[in-house]
Amino acid sequence: METDKSKIGSFIFNRSVQGIFYQLITLGLVALGIYYIVTNTARNMLERGLASGFHFLGVESQFDIGMTLIDYSPTSTYFDSFIVGLLNTLLVAGIGILFATIIGFTVGIMRLSSNWLIAKIAEAYVEILRNIPLLLQIFFWYFAVLRALPKPKQSLELYDSFFLNNRGLFIPDTVFGEGSSIIFYLLWLTIIISIGIFIWAKRRQNRTGERFPAFYVSTTLILGTFFVSLAATGFPVSFEYPELKGFNFKGGVKLIPELVALTFALAMYTASFIAEVVRGGIMAVSKGQTEAAKSVGLKQNLILRLIIIPQALRVIVPPLTNQYLNLTKNSSLAAAIAYPDLVLVFAGTALMQTGQAIEIIGMVMGVYLFLSLFTSLIMNLFNRFMKVDGER
Amino acid sequence: MSAARKEIGPPVIELGTIGWLRKNLFSNWYNSLLTIFGLYLLYILIPPLVNWIFLDANFVGSTRDDCSNEGACWIFIQQNIKLIFYGLYPTEELWRINLVYLILLISGVYLLIPNLRHKGWVGAFLLIIFPIICVVMLSGGFGLEAVETRLWGGLFLTLVIAGVGIVLSLPIGVMLALGRRSKLPVVSLLCTIFIEIWRGVPLITVLFMASNMFPLFMPEGVNFDKLIRALIGVMFFSAAYLAEVVRGGLQAMPKGQYEASQAVGLTYWRMMALVILPQSLKMVIPAIIGSFIAIFKDTTLVLVIGLFDFLGIIQFVGTNPDWLGFSHEGYVFAAAVFWVFCYAMSWYSQRLEKKLDTGR
Amino acid sequence: MSSELMIEMKNVHKWFGELHVLNDINLEINKGEKIVICGPSGSGKSTLIRCINRLEEHQRGNIIVEGTELTNDSRSIERIRGEVGMVFQQFNLFPHLSILDNCSLAPIWVRKLPKSEAKDKAMEYLKRVQIDDQAHKYPAQLSGGQQQRAAIARALCMEPRIMLFDEPTSALDPEMIKEVLDVMVGLAQGGMTMIVVTHEMGFAKEVADTIIFMDEGQIVEAKNPKDFFDNPESERTKTFLSQIL
Ligand SMILES: Nc1ncnc2c1ncn2[C@@H]1O[C@H](COP(=O)(O)OP(=O)(O)OP(=O)(O)O)[C@@H](O)[C@H]1O
Ligand SMILES: [Mg+2]
Repeated sequence: METDKSKIGSFIFNRSVQGIFYQLITLGLVALGIYYIVTNTARNMLERGLASGFHFLGVESQFDIGMTLIDYSPTSTYFDSFIVGLLNTLLVAGIGILFATIIGFTVGIMRLSSNWLIAKIAEAYVEILRNIPLLLQIFFWYFAVLRALPKPKQSLELYDSFFLNNRGLFIPDTVFGEGSSIIFYLLWLTIIISIGIFIWAKRRQNRTGERFPAFYVSTTLILGTFFVSLAATGFPVSFEYPELKGFNFKGGVKLIPELVALTFALAMYTASFIAEVVRGGIMAVSKGQTEAAKSVGLKQNLILRLIIIPQALRVIVPPLTNQYLNLTKNSSLAAAIAYPDLVLVFAGTALMQTGQAIEIIGMVMGVYLFLSLFTSLIMNLFNRFMKVDGER
Repeated sequence: MSAARKEIGPPVIELGTIGWLRKNLFSNWYNSLLTIFGLYLLYILIPPLVNWIFLDANFVGSTRDDCSNEGACWIFIQQNIKLIFYGLYPTEELWRINLVYLILLISGVYLLIPNLRHKGWVGAFLLIIFPIICVVMLSGGFGLEAVETRLWGGLFLTLVIAGVGIVLSLPIGVMLALGRRSKLPVVSLLCTIFIEIWRGVPLITVLFMASNMFPLFMPEGVNFDKLIRALIGVMFFSAAYLAEVVRGGLQAMPKGQYEASQAVGLTYWRMMALVILPQSLKMVIPAIIGSFIAIFKDTTLVLVIGLFDFLGIIQFVGTNPDWLGFSHEGYVFAAAVFWVFCYAMSWYSQRLEKKLDTGR
Repeated sequence: MSSELMIEMKNVHKWFGELHVLNDINLEINKGEKIVICGPSGSGKSTLIRCINRLEEHQRGNIIVEGTELTNDSRSIERIRGEVGMVFQQFNLFPHLSILDNCSLAPIWVRKLPKSEAKDKAMEYLKRVQIDDQAHKYPAQLSGGQQQRAAIARALCMEPRIMLFDEPTSALDPEMIKEVLDVMVGLAQGGMTMIVVTHEMGFAKEVADTIIFMDEGQIVEAKNPKDFFDNPESERTKTFLSQIL
């Protein structure tokens, strides 16, 4: 008896047995919860006469979308509307990221300026922008600025080719006439040659120590060839300028005000965070590094290029990608000003019409989730790659 | 000889105001250019803004006709102030909200003043009794007239959502963080999946989910009201972010702390509660405040599922035919209020960060 | 030995705001001379040697290095920095580059040597400081003493005519100090012009031609080691010596 009891005791108090026991309980609880939700959902859907499944994706959507990058009409399927929404999301995210990066890096570097006034202006930018909700900023740009712009007749204009009014931003479109393809071939050719020049210059520097101004030479080459070939072929590339016809502009490219407001707000808001990331990254490179580089006689631009930027980038890149991801996720606020992004088109209109809440929200969340996981995968690889150097 | 040495001072040009200006604004030609550019920028931005907000603005009156339209028309805000701050909450019951604010304010100030006694009790009151007071006072019961949440709105609703989200998400976040770091693979895997899903999707889809899918999950007859659904969504969303913040704190804990607590024979939960969490939570307070700021700003999104929070109501009063065309005033006012809240929090967290830094 | 003048400082003054950190410094250093500077913390030792390669700017007086006066002319600053090597208390190796790349970076980009030549030279100096086996590691993988020797090699790779050392051993554990000092003694015996800020008095006795004691931005005492230790003139020097010896 005695030994039996102690056997049971040593079984119960065995660490690994306890561990398995706790895990089984957790699993059981989670399974129970899921079972509960699933049965409830099944019954609720039955009651509302909803069929589960993705059949609805092939059905005609019967609604139109204000801005589409691919061919789309009310006779297209729900799946098409999903793609249209997705592309619109990616478009606004892409433009937003581009501008956020430019503004963010500028402001971040300004904050480190030895010029007190410039540093203070940059600090004010960051402190103001990041402490006001993004949605409020989107509303501001959309309702208070863009929608309050004059009618097309009294557009704000720049060089007679950019027009901003309450219908949106109109910019010139490029038209490629006959013979323009040769220019593109030449452009590609010069780009490839330039890459060659870079490789050759690097090799030559390794061999002889002589440096070659590869950047200037290849820039001149590309731009020079481009303009010379343009002239030689008689300017087959032209611009189609927006023109006021009646009450609205015709021609050119029209960016709808929702897109303009959304990109503007996203870029300005995210830039305030990127600025902090950049500032932190540069400040993480100690003063000693610059001093050591100076003490061996490196020039300021080489110190930046060889010492500071490589070190700062390692600190900057991970949080920077995170900001890009945030911007992409935040682009879903588009729904609030009716920019037809993934959430508005699919989780909004399509969901209202079909009632397929679970499938639709699942798909939309899946897209964002995929982007997030994909990005963090890349970042893990980046970090591992950087750690090979054995630091930290 | 040394007497002669003492007489020399630094070059005058490097001292005082002139020295400061030279060093910080005009140290070389391009810095001077930048300074001039900066001054120009301020010149085109600041005076018109000041004129619009203060000098040319109208502060007294009762209708839009009292506004000169040269500057801001603050009468618009003033006339709608009750809506903006309290939503449709019945006017004769507003004292209930104000009382809750007052209690919160007094206990908050008490906690912030250094070197007062019984802070533990005040904290416990805030965490345990105060929420009950809030529920009873705000929604009714015990002889108080019931006020449906559909009437809640304005800044009040924003504070409710942010407050509830913040208070409830912290314990969940801590549990999730502990779970993710657990040695038990199943627990850690489940917590990781849970955290990553919420962090991977935008809040707006969470809110859509809360308003469209939650009703499907519930058994027959159970129906949450819209506010509660939104609160649940916000809560889980911010819990996932807090979990990562807390996990950062746990990871930064030196291993010696774990080993020492095990060496004195503490069980897992005692070790966490008595040794690890108090230290690591303290370390990440600034980051936690950072998440609070994010939640606070994010509460504005509830307007997409039809709740009238601070921003939602400002948007709404702007569509009132009597007050069309005053959206600028509304947005500027909302921005100012949000900014004050967020900046105060971030200022406090920065101060705390410095204090914690030197405390170690 | 020729007495070619390498560094000349005449009535040099420097202020940080109102703080007078260098107060009328006069100093002449000939080729091959070894100067050791000591003094209490905050007395301006670092500032003094950092003025020599213009990591700090002096505000009054003249500093002439190898016949070139230090002014704001960036070309002369860069040239002088190529001639003057510096070793820091905190090593300041570039963490993102291997030891070999740390050493060959400046020869490649400043001296414009072919890569292979620069690497050969780097290996040669790494061998001299006896860490050629660590050449392909990164700074963080090395011990403090090895890092400091790598930093010395990095400076030597530019083949400087003057070497500045700012407390090169004070961030090191005791057992590593000797390996660094040995390298410095070897360098001194090779005839390098050196200015060393250090409190290693054994080293000072062994290699210094002149020991300078600084306090409150002034050179209080400048003597050969024997006189410096045996009959210091100033009270401040005496107090200081009694503290560190
Ligand atoms: N960049 C700076 N700005 C303002 N003051 C400075 C700066 N650098 C040094 N100082 C001050 O100048 C004085 C001299 O500094 P320095 O570093 O030359 O002293 P030190 O003799 O090298 O001291 P230690 O032995 O501690 O290194 C100190 O009081 C220091 O605080
Ligand atoms: Mg020093």
